Amino acid sequence: MAQLTRKDLTGFLARQGILVAFALFMIGFALANQRFLDVDNVFGVIRSSAILGIMALGVTFVVIGGNLDLSVGSMMSFSTIVVLDLHDKLGPTLAIPAMFALTMGLGAFIGFLVGYLKLNSLIVTLGMLSAIHGLTLTWSGGKNMDIADKEGTWFSVFGQGSVAGIPVPILMFAGLAVVLSLLLTKTPFGRKVYAVGGNGTAATFSGVPRARVVFQTYLISSFCVAMAGLMQASRSLGSQNTVGQGMELEVLAAVILGGASLLGGSGTIFKTVIGVLILGFIQNGLLLVGLEFYVQYVVTWVIIILAVWLDIAAKRGRLWSPIA
Amino acid sequence: MKREALLKQGAIWAFILVELVFFSVAGEYLSVSDKAFMDFDNMLLLLKQSAPIGIIALGMTIIMINGNIDLSVGATFALSAIVLLDSMTWPFMQALGGWSVPLAWLLALGTGVVLGAINGLIVWKTGVDAFIVTLGSMLGYRGLVFMYNGEQPTSHLNWDLVDFAEAQILGLHTATWFLLGVALFLWLLMTKTVHGRNAYAIGNNREAAVNAGIRVGPHFLINFMLIGFLASLSAVVFYSESGSVNPNDGMLYELWAITAVVLGGTKLTGGYGSIISTLGGVIAIQLLRKGLGHIGADTETVNLVIGLILIAVLFLDRQLNRKGKEELKT
Repeated sequence: MAQLTRKDLTGFLARQGILVAFALFMIGFALANQRFLDVDNVFGVIRSSAILGIMALGVTFVVIGGNLDLSVGSMMSFSTIVVLDLHDKLGPTLAIPAMFALTMGLGAFIGFLVGYLKLNSLIVTLGMLSAIHGLTLTWSGGKNMDIADKEGTWFSVFGQGSVAGIPVPILMFAGLAVVLSLLLTKTPFGRKVYAVGGNGTAATFSGVPRARVVFQTYLISSFCVAMAGLMQASRSLGSQNTVGQGMELEVLAAVILGGASLLGGSGTIFKTVIGVLILGFIQNGLLLVGLEFYVQYVVTWVIIILAVWLDIAAKRGRLWSPIA
Repeated sequence: MKREALLKQGAIWAFILVELVFFSVAGEYLSVSDKAFMDFDNMLLLLKQSAPIGIIALGMTIIMINGNIDLSVGATFALSAIVLLDSMTWPFMQALGGWSVPLAWLLALGTGVVLGAINGLIVWKTGVDAFIVTLGSMLGYRGLVFMYNGEQPTSHLNWDLVDFAEAQILGLHTATWFLLGVALFLWLLMTKTVHGRNAYAIGNNREAAVNAGIRVGPHFLINFMLIGFLASLSAVVFYSESGSVNPNDGMLYELWAITAVVLGGTKLTGGYGSIISTLGGVIAIQLLRKGLGHIGADTETVNLVIGLILIAVLFLDRQLNRKGKEELKT
């Protein structure tokens, strides 16, 4: 049996540091508060993280492909408002596919701009953040959107229902995570996403259709946003125009926390899920310990910087940066 | 080459001219009020209203020329505003009488410099990308804003300050003077000093700059301290007049500032950009806001139009660059 050396240990910590941190957090909070690991509490945390989590799954594809998506927050507001509005006009069975089509249409437009026209994804999605927000306000006339008959619709099942004791949002989040994880690791498409993000030029020379792959990552991202919007709408059966505002950066924080590099080519669905859960459990743990919700922002700040710092420190083999 | 540079620098001002003509003509037919769009007072007000985002956007320009980005400016803006308004109510400050106002200003500006320095030091010493560092501190600084006073607004109205902020010197409002002063200072800094020249060099090609013996870290630090200072200066100018700050104030300011900078033609990849063009970008956005309101469009369409214009500018810019490169090849 091989001797476990110190180098192995630091290598392991660097690679799986986020899991170790997650475990330490869970143990710490569990010791501090008895209720933290209750099934009810754990389910509650995962359930309230599901919307952010589903969006993070889609953005993981975009980030691995070497791009950014800052438009998911305002796109989520859009799909929430649209599905609520169409629910009363078309009925839920037609409203849901119509909303998916519209949201993925926006995703396709972004994918076209970034993939085929090769425009900078940060600015394109920044522009779309603003443009889609305008679109949402125009659609709703700036007013809140509510379903007229909140009692008599089965539409609430996506946000409030449960199957065999497990809340539907958790099932949807878990199911989507498994499917997307298989898509990313077991299919040729998944390997192409890594190739395009890792080294776009090399991928092009190897015959990988870069533009199409980037286009598809944005399509997946918008599909996930539509799912999140569906869940959000179904949970509250009414919404403001700004329900997703600011979520784009929280989503990105979860993805980065999971260890995906903004340069592309690295990251996994599993680690993004861990990133989402860390954010969710920290928020919950701090609340249970009796701190206000906004303390989590400061804690998240410290954790993000530390996580990314240690990650690149392990890669370059020294703690402090070589910047003179 | 010179002609092309002129074309690029001139583009934003040509766009402003088009906006002015369009809104004046369209306003004749569509406007709900009978005041002309090109009214002098209206234009003065426009400059004043551009100042809060404008001052931040000018700072963002030097950060982006340096090849970095700062997403935490909105939170820095809010925290400085809280320090400004809250510090004037502290007992020892009130004992100082008239001196409490300049001291409150200093404290607020100092807050911005410190927050900027934290960002700059982390970027320098850890080597983590500025996008991630400031994404984190955007959350962290916002958390500090909330921790200061919970979800309550912080209010303190000082009439000396209100008079000062509402004053018009030579016709221009105080905020406008600050906007122009900052633009002049940064323009001098970026074009006439070693620091400015090095900032361009680092943004253009960091490796080459290091090889040329330029110390990258201190320049990063100075620029982050500058944008922190400017974010708090923006807050100081704005909240002297309004006197009340909500913990959510300044959210999405970073995105508006970046939009203005990009409209002005500064490159996200660093090494290229101009302070004067950013000033043009700021004015163009404010003109669009006011103009669309003037011709009776809903305020919500502003977001839509600005977003699409941003993408169109990016597209045109790339086409221009590609054409330039092809000319070089032949």
